[in-house]
Amino acid sequence: MSAETFRIGFLPLVDAALPILAHELGFAAREGVAIELVRDMTWATVRDRLLYGHTDAAHMIAPLAIATALGRDRPAVPMAVPFVLGLNGNAVTFSAQLAKDVGLGETLGDPAIIGAALQSVAAERKIAGKPLRFGVVHRYSSHNYMLRYWLAGVGIRPDTHIEIVVTSPPFAADALAAGEVDGICVGEPWNSIAVERGVGHIALATAQIWRRGVEKVLAMREVVADERRDAVEALLRALHAAAAHFVVPGTAEESAQILARREYLDAPHDAVLRAITDRIRLVPGGEPIHFPDFMFQHREAANFPWRSQAAWLYSQMLRWDHMPYSAADAATAAAVFRPDIYRAALAGSGAPLPGASSKLEGGIDTPLGAGSVQGRLLLGSDRFFDGRAFDPDDIQGYLSDLP
Amino acid sequence: MRIAIIDTSTTRAAIISDGLREAGLDDLVLIDPAGAVVAQIEAAKPEVILVNLENPSRDLLEDFFAMSRALARPIAMFVDQSDAEATGAAIDAGVSAYVVDGLSKQRIKPVIDLAVRRFQAFSRLQRELDEAKNALVERATIDRAKAILMKRRHIDEPAAYALLRKQAMSTNRRIAEIAEAIVTSDALLGDME
Repeated sequence: MSAETFRIGFLPLVDAALPILAHELGFAAREGVAIELVRDMTWATVRDRLLYGHTDAAHMIAPLAIATALGRDRPAVPMAVPFVLGLNGNAVTFSAQLAKDVGLGETLGDPAIIGAALQSVAAERKIAGKPLRFGVVHRYSSHNYMLRYWLAGVGIRPDTHIEIVVTSPPFAADALAAGEVDGICVGEPWNSIAVERGVGHIALATAQIWRRGVEKVLAMREVVADERRDAVEALLRALHAAAAHFVVPGTAEESAQILARREYLDAPHDAVLRAITDRIRLVPGGEPIHFPDFMFQHREAANFPWRSQAAWLYSQMLRWDHMPYSAADAATAAAVFRPDIYRAALAGSGAPLPGASSKLEGGIDTPLGAGSVQGRLLLGSDRFFDGRAFDPDDIQGYLSDLP
Repeated sequence: MRIAIIDTSTTRAAIISDGLREAGLDDLVLIDPAGAVVAQIEAAKPEVILVNLENPSRDLLEDFFAMSRALARPIAMFVDQSDAEATGAAIDAGVSAYVVDGLSKQRIKPVIDLAVRRFQAFSRLQRELDEAKNALVERATIDRAKAILMKRRHIDEPAAYALLRKQAMSTNRRIAEIAEAIVTSDALLGDME
């Protein structure tokens, strides 16, 4: 294997788009790197292949990379995340019955209002001895943290008023249909597939919970990032070019054709196309509605690994695993995200490069110019649905204020 | 020591359990991968759990193991920190192992080693089976090609085979490939003339 080949593990999800397109559309070849994609069905397998060298890098749920670096459930392995593969792109889907009980409309509603309706259903179900149960894709996933953030924020205490279990995305629609879960929080195209099968109604896009929530990242072992730095930087340039191409109007049709293929997502082309053009069908047979920023793959330096994003995920890990705050762990978690590698890779390319490595998350209401060492950077609203903001330098204060 | 085996291939599960039994480890529980995996594990209370690497239930299982920290006998996701090499070998072979906390390394290691050898043996078997299947298919194609040549050229079987062989040698291809080409062209052009 030449030094420039990267074997990249992925799960069949729409947000595996960038490494797939970098390979298929020649962006990798242009940077002198070759990408071999390794498809798996569980995050556990993606992680194991990465840790034991079957793969060099992986499409990964961001909190899992941090949990691995912190040695949650297993010996710690230093990890590096030099590139964010996308923000959001997930949805919360209710079973047909729950959608009726909550009175979901045919448009995306207000998270606080849907939450209030859900709270009374959750309370009734708890009293009836059949508490609501929601499925998320992994314990260490942004889906889990976003869902929990919303539930707790509307007065539904996870693990007390509602059960949260793990449901693999490809089986999520089955679990809804079988009544094993009342709701799911998964990535596309799996919400749409549940809707198309008539077993689910999309209640919320996770972008409504946190407008700029970090989702999948490119993760690798730190030792790979160190030893193959030049090649890693070339890989980042290829992914960045693929991301720029991905958001150009008129490219979506071709991207969807590629992603839908059997060797990648093996999913209906229409569902993939809708997801990458921010159009989602909420109810069976309904017209897809357009929700801007449903998936966010490139603009506003979305691929930049902000350390404050890692810090937020760490704060939620503490919150839901009931662990005490540790300054050392907080530093380790934040240091998994590697803006330094991102900047080095894209210096001189014209891509906007933020000057800071950390920011207040959820602090922007109206588009705001941000300090950059290269290019012009304008950041759009990144609000949490409850209006709170996260200061990465005060994790404890933030946690003590949360419900 | 109770060992649970979860494998999407029932053949491989059988091969592993045979191996463990031969080694005197006969407290085995075969988990039905199509059923409720976590409930079966909970009921079986195993001390070691062997899962094929690509099993689609692994994220669910790991979540259950993480939750098991609250139980009397938590399940570790990893055999032993000092034994990264053995774990690497297991991953290479396609098996992941989970053990109850506190189980001594000396007791676990033989189980893992055996599982690794059995997984490798299964891969070898699978490869041999594939090769045998291919050989059978090739044999049948060569027979059909011979029959086509015999009919169209009015020659006997040894002459037809000699013709195939000669063409293969002069074009530096395998006899099976020449036979395949003859069968294909006969299907497309056979009724012409």
